[in-house]
Amino acid sequence: MRFLVRRLGFLLVALWAALTVNFFIPRLMPGNPAEAILAQFHGRLNPAALKAIEVALGIGGHQNLLTAYLRNTLTGNFGISFSQGNDTVSSVISKALPWSIGLVGISTILGFLLGTGLGAIAAWRRGGVLDNVLPPTFIIVSAFPYFWVGLLSIWFFSLTLNWFPTLGGYTATANTAFTWGFAGDVLSHAVLPAFTIVITSVGGWILTMRNNMITVVAEDYVKMARAKGLRPRRILWQYAGRNALLPNLTGFAMSLGFVISGAILVEYVFNYPGVGFLLLQAVNNEDYPLMQALFFLITVAVLVAIFISDIATALLDPRTRNNR
Amino acid sequence: MKRPHLLRLLAAAGRFLRRDKKAMAGSIILFVLLVITAFPSWFTPDDPAAEIYSPGMALSWAHPLGTTSFGQDVFSQLMAGTRQSVMIALVVGFLCTILSVAVGVTAAYSGGLVDDALSLVTDVILVIPTFPLIIVIAAYTKSASFWTIVFVLVVTGWSYGARQLRVQALSLRNRDYLLAARARGEASWYIISVELIPPMTSLIVANFLGAALYAVLAAAGLQFVGLGNVNTESWGTMLYWAQNNEALQAGLPLWALAPGIMIAVLGSALALLNYAFDEVSNPALRPVTTKRRKKAAA
Repeated sequence: MRFLVRRLGFLLVALWAALTVNFFIPRLMPGNPAEAILAQFHGRLNPAALKAIEVALGIGGHQNLLTAYLRNTLTGNFGISFSQGNDTVSSVISKALPWSIGLVGISTILGFLLGTGLGAIAAWRRGGVLDNVLPPTFIIVSAFPYFWVGLLSIWFFSLTLNWFPTLGGYTATANTAFTWGFAGDVLSHAVLPAFTIVITSVGGWILTMRNNMITVVAEDYVKMARAKGLRPRRILWQYAGRNALLPNLTGFAMSLGFVISGAILVEYVFNYPGVGFLLLQAVNNEDYPLMQALFFLITVAVLVAIFISDIATALLDPRTRNNR
Repeated sequence: MKRPHLLRLLAAAGRFLRRDKKAMAGSIILFVLLVITAFPSWFTPDDPAAEIYSPGMALSWAHPLGTTSFGQDVFSQLMAGTRQSVMIALVVGFLCTILSVAVGVTAAYSGGLVDDALSLVTDVILVIPTFPLIIVIAAYTKSASFWTIVFVLVVTGWSYGARQLRVQALSLRNRDYLLAARARGEASWYIISVELIPPMTSLIVANFLGAALYAVLAAAGLQFVGLGNVNTESWGTMLYWAQNNEALQAGLPLWALAPGIMIAVLGSALALLNYAFDEVSNPALRPVTTKRRKKAAA
């Protein structure tokens, strides 16, 4: 219980830090970009929309600026996104969100499962082909920029081999009502970006799982299991693998931020209509309310994911509950 | 007194490189890139910025990697761009390491409330997704200069190392030789800099390499989306122009792919060295050779 309270407290502190950063960045920047932006929109937006932007950017003579900002953020009132046809920020984001959750969510989980499995097998057959080939290969792959792997796969699979479409989340002319044809269209657009994320994120899982596994396999209880004559496959997955997975679960939470960061550029390369692409569009169009809301949302998503995996680790591994 | 120590260090480094193929490969690549960084003009046959050739040429002897849609020589641009990426890697790696050591070691050595406060700050910065934050800061500063990029990457990049170093310093803190130093009445700064930090060298080096790799990738990504200064010469900026002119669709794949290969080469060199240092501090991870296996079986 104390562990839960501690983690919850940490979640709140991190959230508070993210909110503070989000609130102060536009005010602290040299040349006060916030006021310059606001000047651009005078006369183009109605006063209520202007006021929401002022609060979001933290300028103007409002009293209790911080409380107004906090109230707007917590109630999801992020103002108007002027680069997306003056739609509200919340509705613009809610259109992009399913695309990101589908693409990034599925490919992150796929990369995690694949990498953990391969890493465990590599460590199990120490000195075997997998153990000798995988680590050096993925040390090098982990140094590739995510977006560049995306460019490479566009060039090879899309432009040279013509197997998959180059850009977008679906064919622009397609009817977006749900049909099997449309589902297939969406899927074929998702293959290359998903492939890019999996290829670049799988190496980290392989290396950490292999390294954990090497330590665990040397433990006495694994020797004991061997001495009892249990089947190797059973020892691998049910004895050694389970325990080697625990630190990786924490690692999963920690690197989630990296995966999401990489996914922003992957979405950009493929013009994939998700949150990351939206963020960069907002940056290019100087759509600061949208930008701030997206940064806040991505941060919250990562923090909540970390919290959940902390709880999962504590449930699965009693030792961590007493630590710090 | 100082000389023999340095020589011994160099000899040890030489032995390490001869034994470890990963470290050897990493150092050779890094050395070549450092030479290009120091003397870019030796490697650029043409003015990298000059738009004087026919645009979109294929490979030829005069232009080993062809030309861009603006009529610039791709190979010269590639060589000239080396400097900025290598400098960002070195400067950010160096500053991050200093900050990580300062925060991590101070936290572990002081303990108590100081440790709690510093650890909290470290963990918070660790979990806030850095790249979106970098994008937001860069967006407000408008076309980030070299030092803006360095600043942003250092602020967001030191926490991982600080956390690792704190854990190792904690495990060293109560060793007998440190207690002895304290009992002798040595000053804190002496204990920290002479007794506590030297045994952590391999982890500190690994942290430098990790931070440098992070800096190379993040800076390239930032420049690729146009948030750096697009008029400077760097691999990320090349990628930005290539993407904006649809180099892939225009049949100039080398323009877009070559800078990425260079980033990957620099990144791989750092990652290979990093992994080699990991194996030094944790011998269990070293590759199992046939010779060692035979010995173990016998």
